[in-house]
Amino acid sequence: MDPAVIDLSRLQFALTALYHFLFVPLTIGLSFMLVIMESVYVMTKRPIWRTVTRFWGVLFGINFALGVATGITMEFQFGMNWSYYSHYVGDIFGAPLAIEGLMAFFLEATFVGLMFFGWDKLKPVSHLFVTFMVALGTNLSALWILVANGWMQNPIGAAFNPDTMRMEVSSFRDVLFNPVAQAKFVHTVSAGYVIASVFVLGVSAWYLLKGKHIGVAKRSMTVAAAFGLASSLSVVVLGDESGYALTDNQKMKLAALEAMWETEPAPAGLTAFGIPDLAARKTHAEIKIPYVLGLIATRSFDKPVEGIFSLVAKAEDRIESGVVAYGAVEALKNNPSDVAARATFEQHRRDLGYALLLKRYVEDPRTASPELIKKTAWDAVPNVPVMFWAFRIMAGIGVLMILMFATAFVLVTLRKHDVKWFLWIAVLALPLPWISTELGWVLAEVGRQPWAVDGVLPTFLSASSLTVPQLVTSIAVFTLLYGALAVVEVGLILRAIKKGPFAQHDPVPDGEPAEPEPMTA
Amino acid sequence: MELPIDYATLRVIWWALVGILLIGFALTDGFDMGVGTLLPFVAKDDAERRMVINTVGPTWEGNQVWFILGGGAIFAAWPFVYAITFSGFYLALFVVLSAMILRPVSFKYRSKRPSAKWRSFWDWGLFVGGFVPVLCFGVALGNVLQGAPFRLDTDLRAFYEGSFIGLFSPFALLCGLLSVSMLVLHGAAWLTVKAEDGPVTERARRIGEIAGLASIVLFAAGGFWVAFGGMGFRIEGLADAAGPSNPLRGAAAVRAPGAWLDNYGRHGWMMIAPILGFVGAALALYGMRFNKAWAAFGGSSASTFGIVATVGVSMFPFILPSSYDPRSSLTVWNASSTHLTLFVMMIVTAVFLPLILLYTAWVYKVLWGKSTTGALATNPDLY
Repeated sequence: MDPAVIDLSRLQFALTALYHFLFVPLTIGLSFMLVIMESVYVMTKRPIWRTVTRFWGVLFGINFALGVATGITMEFQFGMNWSYYSHYVGDIFGAPLAIEGLMAFFLEATFVGLMFFGWDKLKPVSHLFVTFMVALGTNLSALWILVANGWMQNPIGAAFNPDTMRMEVSSFRDVLFNPVAQAKFVHTVSAGYVIASVFVLGVSAWYLLKGKHIGVAKRSMTVAAAFGLASSLSVVVLGDESGYALTDNQKMKLAALEAMWETEPAPAGLTAFGIPDLAARKTHAEIKIPYVLGLIATRSFDKPVEGIFSLVAKAEDRIESGVVAYGAVEALKNNPSDVAARATFEQHRRDLGYALLLKRYVEDPRTASPELIKKTAWDAVPNVPVMFWAFRIMAGIGVLMILMFATAFVLVTLRKHDVKWFLWIAVLALPLPWISTELGWVLAEVGRQPWAVDGVLPTFLSASSLTVPQLVTSIAVFTLLYGALAVVEVGLILRAIKKGPFAQHDPVPDGEPAEPEPMTA
Repeated sequence: MELPIDYATLRVIWWALVGILLIGFALTDGFDMGVGTLLPFVAKDDAERRMVINTVGPTWEGNQVWFILGGGAIFAAWPFVYAITFSGFYLALFVVLSAMILRPVSFKYRSKRPSAKWRSFWDWGLFVGGFVPVLCFGVALGNVLQGAPFRLDTDLRAFYEGSFIGLFSPFALLCGLLSVSMLVLHGAAWLTVKAEDGPVTERARRIGEIAGLASIVLFAAGGFWVAFGGMGFRIEGLADAAGPSNPLRGAAAVRAPGAWLDNYGRHGWMMIAPILGFVGAALALYGMRFNKAWAAFGGSSASTFGIVATVGVSMFPFILPSSYDPRSSLTVWNASSTHLTLFVMMIVTAVFLPLILLYTAWVYKVLWGKSTTGALATNPDLY
């Protein structure tokens, strides 16, 4: 297949997915913050909390629209651009996507209209229920998408069937309770909660700096400080690393993001700084923090953490074994009742995917020379410098978020909502969690390369048989459309923030002053 | 593990379930898209347009999930169909998605600024987001009926041998127009139910009458074309209904002109589908003419149901025949997920689909009542 088709397909997926994920985490987090704010309204019956809820609800709505719009692309893009992938693993991967629609997306989308339009049609408690359903829907949605993605990272509960030339599910329980998926779910929704908290905190801080909408801003800041502290702790402590000791490929991901070439004896140290050198296959100027990596990765003091060299050697063995499996599959294609071939296949089936790595260089993996196998084994290593730096920036921002929310929490507890330097920090920190979450996906997806499904199907075999002009057309139009919508979106959000909480519902004609803020707050 | 329902039966159940989901999409999102298509023509000033948009304002979002779920369900139940249709019709689906991306933002952004130019821009966004997908879905179904030019190699990798322009054959265009007239009728009927009586509903009824007549004529013309235009495929010999999902094994499909009528000879009751298509459209016409809103909406719903179902039952067991290499054709018997996946997904659907219908009905009940221009001034939540 034309390598340009693969690269362009990957580019399109990366662009559309990363763009989609600018809006999704804010939806995930803000929906729960709306529930918190509205609960306070329902319990205290103080109208200011209704105003608080509705104000953030307007911003939620503007953000939600683009999240939904760009989500449509995601649901169909697997079939459009990753046709062979869709066939090869659709028996497993399609199910969580369909369940997401049935269990989650229907819930959030059906109730979201009522959330906006039902304020005067429903009793406060019923409306709170509707808001809660929206929050539940968005969070369940994340669960099923991460079950799907978790399976790509750790494909358990499935096996290759030579009769249908695809992976088929053997245990849905394993797919659902995949530890990688569970860790990812907690990590990702926590990141969404952090983004929403930073958003609410930053906008409130801006109001406080400008001396506007003080009542709404103070209350919002209090909610954001508490929710943000809890979620920023959760996102770091319940990080993704818990799954990194599970499989060869997960281990490879860990080794790559640590730029750890040699196996680290127990208890392994964490590299705080270093300069990975791909050509020399070593890392210069390393600064290590003892014990930490061993604790994170193996949850123990006595297990070593494997390095890249040792994992590549393993990959080489698995390619050799995979070639045997590949030969058996070819024999079974011609004669499905070939008993000997089936027995051989059963013995080597786990390594079939590794033989497919050779297809980048040879049409038939059985013809590969030992030198080629040696060379191909190094393909199993993802891009080390990208991994190394993406992880450090992501984790660094995570730690900064904890510090910021801890400070915010102390300040709001002392009722000090007017500490100028902190308010500026809160405003300036606005972009940080987005950078962090986007890098999180870079880690997850670049770290999984060369695989679309770890150890099962290489990315370069997964794409559709498309042409370069088709892909250039779709990438160009998506870029223009998404770019234009981003400008409009940010403009509308800024406009709504400028108008403030008391004029949010219908547009006040341009130039007219909004309602003044009531004195009692 | 022994599953309580056998593989062949589950495959038929999933054929019906995917049909129900797609019909659910046509029935619910169908009127939203019909209303979007009608918007520039039935509503002249800003108040009228807002009133029309608010007939679907709070519910279009939920309705659209039928489309997303349709995609997800096809992925889960028929991975082959998902993989081959969407990559084969790549640019067509890309156009549909681009138009559908415009819809959510048009709804949400339009009312955020008072400028007439701004609002008119998003009105056309709603038009494009309705008209273009509806036309393309019809064209796509036309291509499915004629067979798509794809082939499979021994790894079951699909290669598409057609072009974007090739999708727009005369028959496919006819199907596209039928799809537009069917859903414009449905949208007009929704407006007679949900919009306040006045100039808007009068215009909607006038356009609805034309769309109803067009639906009947185009559906009849399409029927003749399918019967006598050389379309159709048949499975040679006996298909293994419980065999492995591998199109290259088992009984082969061949071209068989006229074969799309086979099922009606074998199972007479299937005639209900095309009859509903015609009778429903006639009932809708009656409702439009004599101002009976519920007859119009009931009729357009029945017609939409009947027309979409007709495509499905005519082709059974085919899902996507290949015009390039009929052996590669995808059928209910050779393109499904495994027995286990179909079973688990059936249970999940059986639990959640009734729940979805229940809470959707509740939401419609809370929002019951006509959309009026008067409410725009007093209710700040409206679009």
